[in-house]
Amino acid sequence: MNNGIVVVVAASGVLYGTPLLFAALGELLAERSGVLNLGVEGMMLVGAVMGFWAVQRVHGDSAIVLTAAIFVAALAGAAMALIHAFLVVTLRANQIVSGLALTIFAGAVGLSSYLGNDLNLADKPAKHAFDQISPFGLQKLPVVGPILFGQPLLVYISWVCVILIALYLSRTRPGLNVRAVGESPAAADAMGINVARYRYAHTIVGGAFAGVGGACFSLMITPQWVDGLTQGAGWIAIALVIFAFWRPELCLVGAYFFGAFSALPFTLQARGVTVAPELFQALPYVATVVVLVIVSMGWTKRGLGAPAALGTPYVREEL
Amino acid sequence: MTIRIERRLEQPHWLAVAVPSASIVLALLLTGAVLLVTGHDPVHAYHRLFDAAFVGKDALTQTLVSATPLAFTGLAAAAAFRMQLFNIGAEGQLYFGAIFAAATALYLHSWPSALLIAAMVVAGAVGGAAWAAIPGVLRAFCRTNEIITSLMLNYVAALILNYLIFDSLSYWRDTSTPEAKVFPQGKMLPGGANWPSWGIVHSGPGLVIPLGFGVAVLVAVGLWALYSRTRFGFEVQVLGDSPRAARYAGIRTRRKILAVMCLSGAIAGIGGASQDGDFRHLLDPRGLQQAGYGYAGIVVAALGRYNPFAVVLISVLLGGLQNAGYALQGADFPSGLVGVMEGLILFSALGCELLRRYRVRVVRRTGHEPTVPATEPTS
Repeated sequence: MNNGIVVVVAASGVLYGTPLLFAALGELLAERSGVLNLGVEGMMLVGAVMGFWAVQRVHGDSAIVLTAAIFVAALAGAAMALIHAFLVVTLRANQIVSGLALTIFAGAVGLSSYLGNDLNLADKPAKHAFDQISPFGLQKLPVVGPILFGQPLLVYISWVCVILIALYLSRTRPGLNVRAVGESPAAADAMGINVARYRYAHTIVGGAFAGVGGACFSLMITPQWVDGLTQGAGWIAIALVIFAFWRPELCLVGAYFFGAFSALPFTLQARGVTVAPELFQALPYVATVVVLVIVSMGWTKRGLGAPAALGTPYVREEL
Repeated sequence: MTIRIERRLEQPHWLAVAVPSASIVLALLLTGAVLLVTGHDPVHAYHRLFDAAFVGKDALTQTLVSATPLAFTGLAAAAAFRMQLFNIGAEGQLYFGAIFAAATALYLHSWPSALLIAAMVVAGAVGGAAWAAIPGVLRAFCRTNEIITSLMLNYVAALILNYLIFDSLSYWRDTSTPEAKVFPQGKMLPGGANWPSWGIVHSGPGLVIPLGFGVAVLVAVGLWALYSRTRFGFEVQVLGDSPRAARYAGIRTRRKILAVMCLSGAIAGIGGASQDGDFRHLLDPRGLQQAGYGYAGIVVAALGRYNPFAVVLISVLLGGLQNAGYALQGADFPSGLVGVMEGLILFSALGCELLRRYRVRVVRRTGHEPTVPATEPTS
């Protein structure tokens, strides 16, 4: 029963959905403060390559090395996000073009590939990787066990992050302030909230989440460094935020849904299904488009739950 | 002392040249910093880069080879971005142009060369426009964000391209010899489908201009005329600058979105046809996918500020960068450097854009605010 195809696909959906979840949570934080960051793919790739670098170069106990690697990945993602924040908050650049620039700068043919080559990381197995752990033997439960409790540590951490971010946005003073900044920066400014500071902070933290999301690939799923290994996951994460109506708990559901689509080709191939692999590989992308269309039909921007000031720079004297 | 940023009332003309130039210099400095930090000699790297892109034997010719697809994808991006329609799908639209043009060339193999080439251009445009129509229709009628859909379709187009050559016995795949079954590749296009090129300079480094580059220049002229001399172009620009004003003026928004998306896709698609006819002479999935033409096209368009002629000029500049990047790839010139430079150029251009719209002033906080600006805007 625990090896049935549905259970296997669901379990790998959770695994493959985790990088999407981290990245989507980060993007959600940035967008809630009014900053659209289309550079997720680039931030994930730089996080992935730097996390992998840390694992290969830091010596010591596996737990310490992996913790360090996650911090390095988060730091790398945050550094990339800082560039975007500087351009769009301080210099008031177009958020869409700046995000695209970040993807080109950091992405599959940019900095991540440069670092991977220059640090000589490609085509080597990871020295440490996140292995499956089963808390309290819960894995033995029927169906739910292997799906939810036979996962690597990062999966459990991502659940904690979902809860923390949901509570942060709905139950804390700074969380309320972020939402004000995203909905109406002028009103927030009048309340004495420092709009620029909030936008910087959430864009940068968002980048850190994207970096960890990237590290999920190089330290947990693959675990290896290959040029462009995220394969568009960053863009799916951006779509996911829209699909989740800008709410963290719905990001979790959506991430596992898309994760299952991403995992399907591998699962089916392992089971000897002989259909052209391209057909299955195209599934997550086609699913993203289809879901986006369904979500965007019939709803206005406000009805969807998008922050009203999303994508617009705030300049005090220009209203 | 604080730094104050004020909106410019008038934009001096010299800024139109000074700002892009400054952003390229800034990008070179920043890339130099990346090179220094990672232990490379930037002066040496730049010297070799310049040599391989513009000075060495056949360098300019090769630069034009790289510049041709960039000119097309740059014009494609410029056409759409001008209307604030962010078509990121030039990559996939270029693939579809290549697929359609290759099929046309294979099917019409007995046609005279000139007609066949014209047919390939048309087929490429149709292929690109058809693929761009998907995000176009979704944006126009379902209000679906075109950035994400057009980008997702790039991956789908790449998979279709791979499927046609590597995983099926399609019309495009060469199945004539036993080797071709083990190492899949596209069918060679008929001789009449080879686009001509012209050797302009024969002495020294030499310069050969491929037909595709000439077509790109023609497309640029056409695009300029369309956007600055026709009602359609005017309406597109109004829509780009103020969708609300456009609606009040009774401009048909949905039709424009679809039309501009298809126009953008068609231009990228001709780029795909030029890849078949000018350079590859078969449907070549690996070759088409290696350089990321679609994404580089965004850099070209943004740096050229969506002006068609500037886009063609910038495409030669970035083509040189890409060409040199591939020629020099190795231990002291890691791959990925080209993308880093392209990204930094775009960042710098965005940052310097601020100087065009705003004036940066240093204000002393002591006592009262100065009433006279430190520098008068020159008009």
